Amino acid sequence: MNFEYEKIPHINEITAVHGTYDFNAPATKSTETFTDRQKHSRKMIPTLEDAIRYVGLKDGMTISFHHHFRNGDYVINMVLDAIAKMGFKNLTVAASSLTDIHEPLIEHIKNGVVTHIETSGLRGKLAEAVSHGLMDFPIVFRSHGGRAAAIETGELHIDVAFLGAPSCDPYGNANGYNRDEENVSCCGSLGYAKLDAQHADKCVIITDHIVPFPNTPFGIPESHVDCVVKVDSIGDPKGIMSGATRYTKNPKELLIAKTAAEVIENSGYFNDGFSMQMGSGGASLATARFLREKMIAKDIKARFALGGITGQIVEMHEEGLIKKILDVQSFDLIAANSVKNNRFHQQIDASYYASYVNKGAAVNQLDFVILSALEIDTDFHVNVLTGSDGVIRGAIGGHPDTAAGASLTIVVAPLLRGRIPTVVNNVNTIVTPGVTVDVLVTDQGIAVNPARPEIKERMLAAGLPVFDIKKLQERAEHIVGKPDPIEYEDKIVGVVMYRDNSVIDVIRQVKEFEL
Amino acid sequence: MQIITTGVAGTMESSDIIVRIEPNEGKGIELELESIVMQQYGRQIKKVITETLENLGVTDAAVNAVDKGALDCTIVARVSAAAYRAAKSTDFVWGGEA
Amino acid sequence: MARLRRSMMFVPGNNPGMIRDCHIYGSDCIMFDLEDSVSINEKDTARFLVYNALTRLKYGKKELVVRINSLDSLGVEDLEAMVRAQPDVIRLPKTETAQDVTDCETEIARIERKIGLPEGKTRMMAAIEGAKGVLNAYEIAKSSKRLIGIALGAEDYVTDLKTTRSADGVELLFARQMIVNAAKAVGIAALDTVYSDVNNEEGFIREAELIKKLGFDGKSIINPRQIAPLHAVFSPSEKDLNKARAIMEAIAEAEARGSGVASLNGKMIDKPVVERARYLIERAEAANTVVTVEEV
Repeated sequence: MNFEYEKIPHINEITAVHGTYDFNAPATKSTETFTDRQKHSRKMIPTLEDAIRYVGLKDGMTISFHHHFRNGDYVINMVLDAIAKMGFKNLTVAASSLTDIHEPLIEHIKNGVVTHIETSGLRGKLAEAVSHGLMDFPIVFRSHGGRAAAIETGELHIDVAFLGAPSCDPYGNANGYNRDEENVSCCGSLGYAKLDAQHADKCVIITDHIVPFPNTPFGIPESHVDCVVKVDSIGDPKGIMSGATRYTKNPKELLIAKTAAEVIENSGYFNDGFSMQMGSGGASLATARFLREKMIAKDIKARFALGGITGQIVEMHEEGLIKKILDVQSFDLIAANSVKNNRFHQQIDASYYASYVNKGAAVNQLDFVILSALEIDTDFHVNVLTGSDGVIRGAIGGHPDTAAGASLTIVVAPLLRGRIPTVVNNVNTIVTPGVTVDVLVTDQGIAVNPARPEIKERMLAAGLPVFDIKKLQERAEHIVGKPDPIEYEDKIVGVVMYRDNSVIDVIRQVKEFEL
Repeated sequence: MQIITTGVAGTMESSDIIVRIEPNEGKGIELELESIVMQQYGRQIKKVITETLENLGVTDAAVNAVDKGALDCTIVARVSAAAYRAAKSTDFVWGGEA
Repeated sequence: MARLRRSMMFVPGNNPGMIRDCHIYGSDCIMFDLEDSVSINEKDTARFLVYNALTRLKYGKKELVVRINSLDSLGVEDLEAMVRAQPDVIRLPKTETAQDVTDCETEIARIERKIGLPEGKTRMMAAIEGAKGVLNAYEIAKSSKRLIGIALGAEDYVTDLKTTRSADGVELLFARQMIVNAAKAVGIAALDTVYSDVNNEEGFIREAELIKKLGFDGKSIINPRQIAPLHAVFSPSEKDLNKARAIMEAIAEAEARGSGVASLNGKMIDKPVVERARYLIERAEAANTVVTVEEV
């Protein structure tokens, strides 16, 4: 050595220096071929139990999951079964969302394996059990943006993320699709998983398809991944997504969609280079179709479409009507394949999508968003979380995030669902505050938030059937009759967070009803 | 109106109600009701079913109704049709005679 | 204001959901059906359902029609309920002769008297669905003051002719022209048959254009999706409307001058031209005031 370490000027002030190089240290590099080396990646762990031990799971920790596999997901149940068998207790499940298939959680809750839940939504038997008082600790409901913010600020600390992926290489580069095989599980964007991988202390990828390194372009990079477990199956492809989300033939949804497209056309926001987000509900999808016709007729193109992406959006992208797609979640196979094949179909993570604390979120660039509602009240507050009987049966999703971000927020809903009125005096649960909702489109007329008089004027000028929202509420009640109020117990079973993680409402235990 | 057999009317389709009326000799009107809107409209549905039977002069009947969100007008129609069927009667009385 | 009957939407009489929602789609008329869309075992339940809907629900200003069964089937029982329920119009199916209309009218009048309704309040329309009825179209059309129109029912008609319906509808041409001519001879509406392939919008529009040219006032439809294209066919173009307005202005100007002769762009305006212009404007105004959603 031709230097003395201590004599290097300012050596004690130079940061990230770890002594002098040791020329006598033995070589540590592998001399195998790249192909051979992959066969025994140290990140590959033989079983889920081994992985759980490897990441050092302890009682009371917080584990996270994503909901890209929707109702076809096997991962959450598989992981919790393993954890339960190994005897862990008192865990917090922080999932991006939960659905019908996660009914087995009921047992894990009863057995004390899971004591706390954070999610965007709940459905099915689990939701019913929770609504009837299954848990001591209330469920924390967050929007996709609110959850992202809580994670990236560290307020919601994830100890271990267990993330299913349709393909992964032996080092942890994971993807929502598979380049080598057809007819396998596929979910497209890994938007919600990406953020968990990045911020969790430990990250386990669970896959049923190991592919050669590098599985690029990746949804989750190996640099965030601690270990990889191969299992027989991560999910039921049919439950994960349908081939193509179909256009509705339901005349009521078509009527709503046609009106919604006319609202957009006349709103002042339908100009060349506009931006939009549309949901996957029947009326939203059909709105996209009517809007497409108007875009072609007027030679108007969209700069980008955001959000949950459907085949309809992809088709419009491929025919040049939408320049770019920002995709946090792919709703059907066409969308999933487009993530793989279209250069300007970009996967984005939940924070980039909707967080309020990061340095910029895509929702803030929306001209308009089309959203659904289980209930909307005369103050334009929207409920997408609890049914008219007070039982949890939905998910917040990005509802409040996009409503707050978009310049024009349009809620589409039928005036009635069977005998249940959608437009009510007070929603059961406020998820999205009325101050962020601009227009309601029903099959029996539209209503404009009084805070947007200029929009109302434009709607009237276009000859659209505009009513005071109270008139719509009265019309609904006239047809179906005045409903009796839902009766609740005092116990709070759910806390509903607004996107800034302030409490916007609570969900109470429903009372057993007897006639 | 005398209930002498089993009469059924309605379907299990959304917005309909299926009503089954059976003899219940000397035991008054007994109602078993299932509804997807029980909490909000259960009392109202019960009231409409009972009143419709009273208007038809039915005093004894075992009624089973499965409601899929029917409006009152549908409930009246289904209960009436089931009652006439259960009474084996086609002497429909529509009223309104001047 | 002119009563529009561009679209008369069939609503199966035993379908509570459709009966609740049918008014939202913007058809000019709603026709509750007790006949072919109701199976023979459910005639009583459908009758109860339509009766209770008509007496308890509000359908705004829409023209409400009930298609009853033939009088030789359950028609009289239908009338007992429906005259009381007071829709605007009773539609008689399978009308073959003027006597069929008279028979139905007699029953209606009897019930009207019984319940103290002003006689003649219940209007009628007759559907012609067979070869004999087509030949009797004029006699049928003038058989009752209650008639607001006559309609073609093509499915039974082509069966009667031992043919089938084709894309261009050539087999219906005679019947359509007979019916239009008969209706117009007595000044009532002529209504065309249904187009049953709901997924073929192009074919539907072709047929709508044809029957409009022939002189029909409108068409029966089976799906709400057919309403918008049908109304579009019946809407005058802005160009035709402007021309009609110019004609009416010229007429008004001539009248103001005290002249009986009006001219436009140097051409004298004939009386039929004025009449067509007036008709076009009336229809357009009526169409514009139709709101999709009416106050309840």
